[in-house]
Parts: sequence; C-alpha cells; structure tokens
Amino acid sequence: MKISREDVLKVAALANLELTDAEVETYRGQLDDILTYIDKLNEIDTSCIEPMTQVVTASADGSTSTLREDVVVRSDVITEVLRGAPDPAPLYFRVPRVIEK
Amino acid sequence: MSAATAWTIPEVRAALDARKISARELVNEFYGRIDRRNPELNVYLALSPERAYAQADRIDAAIASGDALPSLAGVPLAVKDVISTRGIPTTCGSRILEGYRPPYDATVVTRLEHAGAIILGKTNCDEFAMGSSNENSAYGPVRNPVSPNHVPGGSSGGSAAAVAAGLAVVALGTDTGGSIRQPGSFCGIPAIMPSYGRVSRYGLIAFASSLDRIGPFARTVRDAATVMSALAGRDPADSTSAAIPVPDYAAALGRSLAGLRIGIPDDYFAEGLDHEVRQKVESGIRLLEKLGCRRVSIRMPNTDYAVAAYYIIATAEASSNLARYDGVRYGARVPGATLIEMYQKTRGRKFGAEVKRRIVLGTYVLSAGYYDAYYLKGQKIRSLIARDFRKAFEQVDAIITPTSPVPPFRLGERTSNPLEMYLADIYTVTGSLAGVPGISVPSGKTSGGLPIGLQIYGPAFGEERVLQLAHAFEQAGGAEL
Repeated sequence: MKISREDVLKVAALANLELTDAEVETYRGQLDDILTYIDKLNEIDTSCIEPMTQVVTASADGSTSTLREDVVVRSDVITEVLRGAPDPAPLYFRVPRVIEK
Repeated sequence: MSAATAWTIPEVRAALDARKISARELVNEFYGRIDRRNPELNVYLALSPERAYAQADRIDAAIASGDALPSLAGVPLAVKDVISTRGIPTTCGSRILEGYRPPYDATVVTRLEHAGAIILGKTNCDEFAMGSSNENSAYGPVRNPVSPNHVPGGSSGGSAAAVAAGLAVVALGTDTGGSIRQPGSFCGIPAIMPSYGRVSRYGLIAFASSLDRIGPFARTVRDAATVMSALAGRDPADSTSAAIPVPDYAAALGRSLAGLRIGIPDDYFAEGLDHEVRQKVESGIRLLEKLGCRRVSIRMPNTDYAVAAYYIIATAEASSNLARYDGVRYGARVPGATLIEMYQKTRGRKFGAEVKRRIVLGTYVLSAGYYDAYYLKGQKIRSLIARDFRKAFEQVDAIITPTSPVPPFRLGERTSNPLEMYLADIYTVTGSLAGVPGISVPSGKTSGGLPIGLQIYGPAFGEERVLQLAHAFEQAGGAEL
C-alpha cells in the first residue's frame, strides 16, 4: 500500500478540499492503484534526460521573443466582474472575517 | 441522414447566396431541431438565441446589401462549455460555476463570429474537460446520436454529438489528452486537435495549460479545414500562441497522396486493441496505400509510458489551475464560519468526483518529497515521447494509429474503475504530450454499426498534411470500410 488515509487527508488539506470519510477511503484505494501503475516509469533511466518544460520553443516559431511592449491599458471591468461574484460588496468581494479584532 | 439534416459550410453558403433560406430562417431551423432532440441527447447546456439572431440579422443585412460574405457566414456553431462566451452561461459542466457568465469572449469565439459563424449555444462536457465518456458532467451524460445507449466519448461529447446529430454545422471542442479526437471517433465525424500554439487559448478555462488545445468538429474534413483557417494564428493575448503564418487549409485538400510515407507504429497495435478496431484501422491503412501512400513500419518505444506521464502532468497542472475556484470571485459559494472552511466546503461540495480525484492526485505528485519522483519524472518521460515523434517524422510524413483502442461503450459500463478509463487514452495522450496535431476520421463501423476512428498525426504545425490525408481518405470512402 503506497497511500495511507493520512496521506489523502494531508493532500486534501493542501488543496482546501473537504472530503467525506467515504471519499477519503475511495480515493485512497484508487490513488493507490494509479500510483502503482505510474511506478512503471521507474523502468526507464531518465538521469540524463532533460525535463520538457516548454511545448513551443522560440526556435520552433522562428521568433526570438514573444514578449510584448509593457504598455498601460485601461481595464474597466469592475462592475461586470462583481456582478458574477457570490457575495459582492462594491468595490470588493466579501468573505468571512480573516482578521480578529 | 436525410439531406435536410446534413448541412455543410458550402451548402449553407450556396443556400444563402441563392436566397433559398435566410440566416434567420436557418437559425430557426436549428433551434427547432434542438427543441426536438436535446431532451433525449442532452447536448446543449445553454442556448444563446439573442446573440444568434443578432448575428443572423447582420449576415442577412450583408446579403441584402450585396456585401462580400466572410468564410463562415451564417454557419451555425456550437461551443464547448469550457470556452468563455460573454454574457452566456459557461459552467465547464460543473456545479462550481453554476450561473457564471463570463465578462469577455475567448479569442476563438471572437474569431469565428468575425468570420460570420452563428453561436447557437454551449455544449455539455465532462466536468472541467476531465473524462473520456461525458459521464462526468454535473448536468447529466450526453447520449451518442448514433446509438443513444452508448456514450459519445469525452470530454467534448456534447460538441461531437451536436455535429453528428445535425444540431450544429460545426462545433468547437478542446483536447488535453484526446477530448476532441476520441468523441469525434465515437460519433463518426472528423475532429482535429491542432498543434500546441496554433490556436489561441485566451478565454479557454484552463485544465492543463501545457496540453490544452481548441479545435473543430465538422461533418466533413473540408469544413474542419475551413474552420481551422479562421481559428489559427498568433494572438497577443496568449503568449504561447505561435507567430507562424496560417495557410489556407482548404487549399491543401485534393492534392495527390502519391509518394507520401505513412508510419505505422507497431507499438500502437499491441495488447488491448479491440479486434474490430484493429481490422478497420488496418483496412484504412490499405486504403491510404491504394491512394498512393507508402507504408513504413516505425517504432515509438516510449508509447507504453505515455498514460502514466500524462496523468502526472495533467493532474499536476489541473490541481494548480483549479485552485482559483474557492467561492470568492465567481460561481458557487458554500458558506463557512472561517475563510478556510468556506474554501473547503465550496470545493468539496461543488466539484464532482473525477475532478476531486484529479486534484488529490495532482496535489500529491507536486507535494514536498514527491515532486522529483513523479512530476519531474513525468516531464522527463514527456521529453522522450516528444523525441519519439521527432525521430518518426525524420522517416515519415504522417503517423497512422487507431484513435481509441475500443469502440463506443455503453453508458455506465466503465464508470467504476478510473484507471481502466485512463488507459484507454493511450493513442491520444502521446500526441498531446508531444504537442503535434492529430485528426480522427471515420474508418468503418463495428458489426453493431458503431463508428470507428483512424487517427493521423503530423509534425508540429503540419496541419495541412494531416488535413490533406484525412480529406483523401474520406473522399475515397473511409467511413464505409
């Protein structure tokens, strides 16, 4: 067994995810299966292989830079963005108190 | 399929030009069909009639004043619900975004509307595009229009089914590990995943940013090519979109295949491949040979490691991308006594089972002590898979594989074992990791009449080649093999 109940709870806490006891048990078993399967990657020696961190490289698209000029543009979206918020208090998003008095 | 349901882009244009139908009447016709079929198929999650009729009226006005029409004028379009559409509900198939209306349009939406397309509505999909059957949608599964007891594939199942059922002429899907190609295969229509960087992802709600791509479903390869020309190209709003010139993809169609080398990777025709799928894909390869292609046996030795590498990288990126759903700025909120409790309850109760499973896995592979063993290892294997493709394309012009190792399966048949579902992504995740383009085209049917797909991979930014082969295959009767 690669994964314990405590491992799942620790990861769920890192991910801010409330899980029921039943979910913890189900995911524990399923992750165990998946990680056991993933272990097959250890069949390959990758000590001399570079990780692939970019898909389209600068050389592939023939350009040396994809960075644009740093120009200030007006972004007037506050009203529209707040319209989609669960608890707006213009001009802010309201959340439960985080700072004690 | 009766002629009345089988609109293609050239047929729409011909009917508009001949004044046989107005764009407004065409929209009426499609909404009528949707009213009749959607209760059974569950293809559309939201319709956008106000926007559709406004666009139709602009097209009709252009026709009335004799203006030149753009390439997709009046073409009814369905958009997968992970792509942002201003003011139109966009849920990603999730309860956590119930009621969310984006304040802006994705670049692909702007581009297709600019080309004259008419957005009918948003299509159902696996939650946050995570799934291969469309059974992970919070709004119920989509049924396969070819056989309603079967899944349409996923995650872009709604978009594939919309086109296959004649509820849109073309549709946009997204592909992270096969989510365009596999539902295209299951629903019996052409479906293309462009190269990474070919189409802007601005406004696509992210699943795995180094893998996500947007591409079209269509009734014909020619239609897919026409949509691709409108979609492709550099977008200043997406720094990963490439500044490579966009060809007229439809112009490449019809060129002879004589002398093209097609690579057949032995590693893809191994254990686990369904007997009928193997037979029909082999018939498909023989058809390509008859059309002048030269068959070359190739090796892609790291194929067997692709699914494991994919599920490390995709879930790691997803766990990071989905951290933004916390009940603060948009979508649903479940109240809690503290901020953290609010986050935990909102995410725990509004995300579905598959999304939570992937967040847990992705967080695990990125967590302290496991990063090197899993995430870094996955990225190294990704290098090897990309190298397999580069080496293959030194020898061949295209690679031919099955799209899926299995034909469409029944609803509920595969939901109990997630790993088994992941393993069926084997032929599509390889190209996702490598960044190359791939198309699925219909290649015969099972004895039970279910569609089978043949996949054609090309080198990065080689969409023209892929479309040329797929078009010739389709015209030579590939679907009826």
